[in-house]
Amino acid sequence: MSTVVTPGLFSQVDVSVSKKTPYLMAAFAVFVLVAFGFAGKTEIVAFQWSKEDDLIHLPDFLVASNIVGLVLGVTLVAIAVVSFVLAQRKQVTPMWLTLTFGLLAVVALLAWLASGNTLPFAFILGNAVVLAVPLALGAMGGIMSERVGVVNIAIEGQLLTGAFLAAVVGSLTDNLYLGLIVAMIGAALLSMVLAVFAIQYLVDQIIVGVVLNVLVLGITNFLYAQWLSSDGQNSNFPGTFPIIPIPGLSAIPIIGPALFEARITTYLAYLIIPALWFILFKTRLGLRARAVGEHPLAADTVGINVARTRFWWVTIGGLVAGLGGAALTIGAVGAFGRNMSGGQGFIALAVVILGRWHPLSAAAAALLFGFSIVLRIWANQVSPGIPTDFITIVPYVVTLIAVVGFVGRVRAPAADGQPYIKG
Amino acid sequence: MSGAADTPVVGRGAAVMREIMSGGSTRAILSVVAGFIIGAIFMVFSSEEFLTAAQYLTSRPTDALSAAWTAIAEGYSALFRGSIYNYKADDIVAAFRPMTETLRFAGPLIASGLGIALAFRVGLFNIGASGQLLFGALWATWISTRVSLPWGVHLVVAMLVAILGAAAYGAIVGFLKARTGAHEVIVTIMLNYIAAGILTFFFRTPELLREVDGGGTPKSDAPAATAQLPLLLGPEFTLHAGFILAIVGVFVYWWLMERSTLGFRFRMVGHNADAARTAGINVERTFVLAMAASGAFVGLAAANQALGVQAGLTPDMDGTIGFDAITVALLGSSTAPGVLLAGLLFGAFKAGAPQMQVIGLSPEITGVVQGFIVLFIAAPPLVRAIFRLPPPQKTTVIADWWQKLTTKGDAK
Repeated sequence: MSTVVTPGLFSQVDVSVSKKTPYLMAAFAVFVLVAFGFAGKTEIVAFQWSKEDDLIHLPDFLVASNIVGLVLGVTLVAIAVVSFVLAQRKQVTPMWLTLTFGLLAVVALLAWLASGNTLPFAFILGNAVVLAVPLALGAMGGIMSERVGVVNIAIEGQLLTGAFLAAVVGSLTDNLYLGLIVAMIGAALLSMVLAVFAIQYLVDQIIVGVVLNVLVLGITNFLYAQWLSSDGQNSNFPGTFPIIPIPGLSAIPIIGPALFEARITTYLAYLIIPALWFILFKTRLGLRARAVGEHPLAADTVGINVARTRFWWVTIGGLVAGLGGAALTIGAVGAFGRNMSGGQGFIALAVVILGRWHPLSAAAAALLFGFSIVLRIWANQVSPGIPTDFITIVPYVVTLIAVVGFVGRVRAPAADGQPYIKG
Repeated sequence: MSGAADTPVVGRGAAVMREIMSGGSTRAILSVVAGFIIGAIFMVFSSEEFLTAAQYLTSRPTDALSAAWTAIAEGYSALFRGSIYNYKADDIVAAFRPMTETLRFAGPLIASGLGIALAFRVGLFNIGASGQLLFGALWATWISTRVSLPWGVHLVVAMLVAILGAAAYGAIVGFLKARTGAHEVIVTIMLNYIAAGILTFFFRTPELLREVDGGGTPKSDAPAATAQLPLLLGPEFTLHAGFILAIVGVFVYWWLMERSTLGFRFRMVGHNADAARTAGINVERTFVLAMAASGAFVGLAAANQALGVQAGLTPDMDGTIGFDAITVALLGSSTAPGVLLAGLLFGAFKAGAPQMQVIGLSPEITGVVQGFIVLFIAAPPLVRAIFRLPPPQKTTVIADWWQKLTTKGDAK
């Protein structure tokens, strides 16, 4: 199938600063204002800021659901206005503002869902972080690969490899750290296959990615059914990393227990995400990598080895994604389950785009997805009448909107997905 | 015709041999063989007897070897019994049932594989078969459970709705790509999740499609008897007319891609979109049409899944068809006969599952075989390296010969 030439995965029509973002924001803001504010429910919501055993225990904050809707709705309208003014001045709405908008809208939705109930804010935030870690790390792997111009559809396979190896090696050796390391190496090897096929053999990168996903799914499904499910006590019972509170930080109200009473996989994510940002945008190494992804010919001309740069960035991206996979098992629930990643690699891919190939924005986008997963579970419990299926699809619709270019300009590295043939 | 004249004259027979060995079909066959070999290795290493015998490998190597052989032979003969002919069965019906099961499983794989293959030929990568299937099945279920129509008409309308629904869902992808340049891979992934959400909502809501007297789990009613695909071989076999749909699809696909003007446009855009545009083809409109056509073939699979059952449907009715379709299209190198054969092979894998379960081998082994087959298919250099095949040939001896054969009657 090497004859199929896919154009760059994310090649976009170049839209100059358009007013799509402010219009879309305005529509959302008005919806929140009307649906959750004016027409909102009047029952009281109890915002539960702290858990029982927190050091600093904040009292619950009681407020009527529609008041929250009104306040947040007005704030959202204000943000939409700012975005509109920026667009008038031909400036792009900054990513952090868009993400703040998204998070506030989520809170408004939460308050509406929880009317007449308690809203365990710390619990929701904490779980959202745990769920976001694999997505964020997978997305970091994707960013590393795509910044140098190799499309990585195989994130799903890398997460699955990491999850499987972490659980199995962790159980067999009784050493979770060894499981973590093997998981990372395994995913990196898978990434290496992608790199070799894409760089050396010039096979269509998307097809290799999909094929690797099929392969890993086939192998892990088989090993799970044939081996793990019958010998689970020995081979699939790793336990999880201990939860380590960070002294000082974990005492911060609200966010402290949610962010700083976590497992090592989460802390590693906290280190890797800013480090990747720093390396990509503040060091010569990162500049070279981006040059390779944007204009390989120019990079080659100034003496950068394009093939080697791509190879190592893709491979090391696999290490990071493997860590994300380990976070699914030994960093969250312990044992490996059949098709454990269940499409999270594809969501990570969406996170890469939503975050515009930027580590920090992508981390925020991952958190948004983490929220949406918790939300679905929690909303089911508080008010079963809510069509949770629609809440489920919201992040996908948002991603779709982002991809078709409504949320400002989404532009991939120029040479993303294109092989470079040294001529 | 000038190709043969330009090439230096080597032995004609040798050239034919080299063309065959470097061609796509040889590679496909060898990829399948390699996949089966690796599957065998997995079987050996998951056999208890082999692992026990391997512990005293140096003192009695024959034990390990024979255990390995037993594992492979048992595994693949179970696959054969489950998918082609059960020579251990008590009666003739049971003996032949596996073959009909293979055909039943192959139907939706072939149909959706054709859809993916069509997109491949246009240079598009449609990984949204599962979304298109669910969206088509949603409306087909509506017709089959909520509307009553006379016998015959009901089935035809339900099938048409399945095809149109899936085609429309595919067309959205083409439209978004044409209008905004959004890449179809991301768009189709997102639309898969969205379709699953919509379908689950419909199946959960009593006013919409939820089973009458159903519980909390999302499930639809069984399709009305007038809207079910009829059984082909009587009540003894589960094979239904969905397979006929798939075969019709194969012929339509062949005609569309190889003989029609539209297919010519599709292929032209797939080969070189810029050249096609220069030649006056509206590339954007072709994308929309191609994705709609791709979805329409997937719609055949949707009809198969929604109308080929006598029980209520659940939101996971697409199973793994969406992704299997990609492997079918890849293995079949996007040609009508290739997709047909690849679909039959993967259908056999699915049909063989219960028999493998019986001998204590997890049927998931076929997933391993399938994964390696497509890995080899996707990376031609790898297979060529393993089997030491010659690189792609530029001679056209076989094509010339075929040309001569088929245009024999024409006067020059």
